[in-house]
Parts: sequence; C-alpha cells; structure tokens
Amino acid sequence: MLSPRLFIAQRVTALLLAPFVLGHLAGIICAVHGGLDAAEILARTRGNPWLAAFYQLFVVLAAFHAAIGVRVICAEFSRGRLREIHLDIIATGVGLTLLCMGGFAVVAVVV
Amino acid sequence: MLTHPDELRVRIWRGDAGGGEMAAYRAPRLPNQTVLDVVTWIQRHQAPDLSYRFSCRVGMCGSCAMTVNGAPRWTCRTHVKEVARNRRDGQLELAPLRNLPVVKDLVCDMADFFRKWRQAEGRFRGGRGRFDAVSAVTAADPHRAAADAAIECINCAVCYAACDVVAWNPGYLGPAALNRAWTLVNDARDTAQSRRLRAIADAGGGCQHCHSQHHCAQYCPVQLSPAHSIAGLKRRVGRAVLRGEL
Ligand code: SF4
Ligand code: SF4
Ligand code: FES
Repeated sequence: MLSPRLFIAQRVTALLLAPFVLGHLAGIICAVHGGLDAAEILARTRGNPWLAAFYQLFVVLAAFHAAIGVRVICAEFSRGRLREIHLDIIATGVGLTLLCMGGFAVVAVVV
Repeated sequence: MLTHPDELRVRIWRGDAGGGEMAAYRAPRLPNQTVLDVVTWIQRHQAPDLSYRFSCRVGMCGSCAMTVNGAPRWTCRTHVKEVARNRRDGQLELAPLRNLPVVKDLVCDMADFFRKWRQAEGRFRGGRGRFDAVSAVTAADPHRAAADAAIECINCAVCYAACDVVAWNPGYLGPAALNRAWTLVNDARDTAQSRRLRAIADAGGGCQHCHSQHHCAQYCPVQLSPAHSIAGLKRRVGRAVLRGEL
C-alpha cells in the first residue's frame, strides 16, 4: 500500500515544505502588519520571478505530499478493500487537482 | 442488580468465529486476585466449557492476554483491583484480543501473528558453525544495546491488539514482528540482512505504515517500545532508499 519510495518521498517533501510554510506565514504577517490592502499586495507580487518560483515550488511539493497522504488515508479507511490501482487513481487525481489549482493561484498573483 | 461487596460481577464474551455475546457471571472478590484467577474460578465453578489460554501464570509465556475492560492486558499479572478501578461499577469485562480471529470464547487464533514474525524475517540466520570462533559482541556495542532494549518480548500479542494500523491494514506486519526484526537488524552475526531489509520495507505491510502513536509501547506488559524499534527500522529503510538499495 505504501512503497518505501513513496514513504521517503513523503518524508522528504514534508522536510522541504517546512521552510516554505514558514516563509509564506512570514510574508502574510509582514503584509498585514504593513497595513497593505489587496491591490497594494498585488502591485508588489506582479512580475516578481522569485515569488513565482517560490510559490510554484511550494505548490509542487504540497501536491506530491498531499497526494501520498490521501492515498494512505484512503487505503486505511477502506481497510485494505481499495486496490493499488484505485489508490493510484485517487492519488493522481488529488495531486493533479492541487497542481492545477495552485498553478492558477500563482498565475493570478504573479502575472 | 445489587452486588455483595465481596462479590465481583464479571461479563465474559462467549462465542466462536460465527459470533457471540457477553455472558454474566459472579465470582468471589478476594484480596490480591488476578484477572486470570477470576477466569479460572469461573471455569471451575460456573462454566466448565469456558475456553481461555494460560500456561506459566508468572508473566513469562505470553499466552494469557485478553481484552480486560477495553484494554489488552496479560491477565496473570493484572490485579483485579488495578483494572476494576477504571470502571465506575468496579466490575470486570473480558473479551478476546482485538485484531485476531476468535477460535472460541477468550481464545484467539495466533497463526497470523506468528506468520508475520516469519514474514518479517524474525528468525536468526547465522553464518558460523560450531568449529568457528565465537563472534565478539561487547555489551558496550551500540547495536547490542539497541537489540537489548527490544529483546525481552514474550510474544503476548498485546501490542498487536493495541495497534490501530493492524486493524486498518490487515497486511501490516505489526509491532511485535517488527520489534523482533529490529533486534536482528542490530545483530552483527546475522547473515540475512538484505533479505530482512526487503521484508521490513514491504510495500503491503512494512514498517513505514506505522503511525508512531505508541499504543504498542503504552500497553506492552514488559515495557518494551516496539514504536521505538520501528522508528529505527524506518531510518534504516530511509537510508536504503536514498542509497538506491530499495
Ligand atoms: S506506534 Fe506503530 S506499531 Fe505501535 S501501535 Fe502505533 S502504529 Fe502500531
Ligand atoms: S512487544 Fe510487548 S506487547 Fe508486544 S508481543 Fe512483545 S511483550 Fe507482548
Ligand atoms: S500465563 Fe504466562 S504470561 Fe500469563
């Protein structure tokens, strides 16, 4: 149900996600403390390639991490009744959905 | 139902693989009696057809485990006054261990539990014969110390019954088998390490499925921590994946 490679992929993405979450929270707190409104935030984010790279990477890591996690949850909730192929379909669906939603959000904020 | 202060009300699960239900009994309340004493008294005086397992009665053999007032325990060393306190009515409720098929009454089929020990390569495979020199393993060796911390398992299956991952994933090897594998992973004399590594990283039930919630360690009657051993196995598997060995 959880191959050793998927297990390590989930551990490694978790490790890499930690600084992204902290960076994201720090960004939000700074913006709120600076009293910026939405238009002012967008004026700063638009056209910033570093921000685009930061959030795109964040989205990719989160999509992988969440997809593997949801795969395990589904396997355990079904008590072994879902087969590997079903789990793969669910995980791929979750991963692609997150990737698309995240990608759209990055485009909306940066482009 | 009123109970005499010297009387213990006991509910015991009676049935077999086809199903069953709780049956009510009464037994004398005695100082320092164990749960196993109560079961034995009921079998001798009220229910001669009651099935249960025990052997040593001193916490050595690991055969007497049951679900006592909702928690898995070794019954020969569990005092009634210790567990009855947990219930408002001060009474006893006994059922077979969780996560194992029932044979009859309080007896479970342990075949799966021990099959998983073999599946996890829980058998020592040495390479030296009687004419070879003895391997030098000192007590200070950190691998020896790690194995020592996990070695005193009495195969009681209490941890196996306490583990939610076993309940959710019938293929999971479980805390006891993995704890045993950890002692051998740390055994310098063993010659089957690569086989064992593949077994403990099995995609269907390997150590990576453990949620590290430590129910096994909380209930193990001899205070082992299979969860701790499994954390060691996960590190071992992680290194192997990163090196491309798995
Ligand atoms: S720590 Fe792991 S092996 Fe122990 S009870 Fe929890 S899931 Fe099971
Ligand atoms: S690890 Fe503890 S609870 Fe599990 S089988 Fe061994 S002695 Fe029993
Ligand atoms: S009867 Fe042997 S451990 Fe309880």
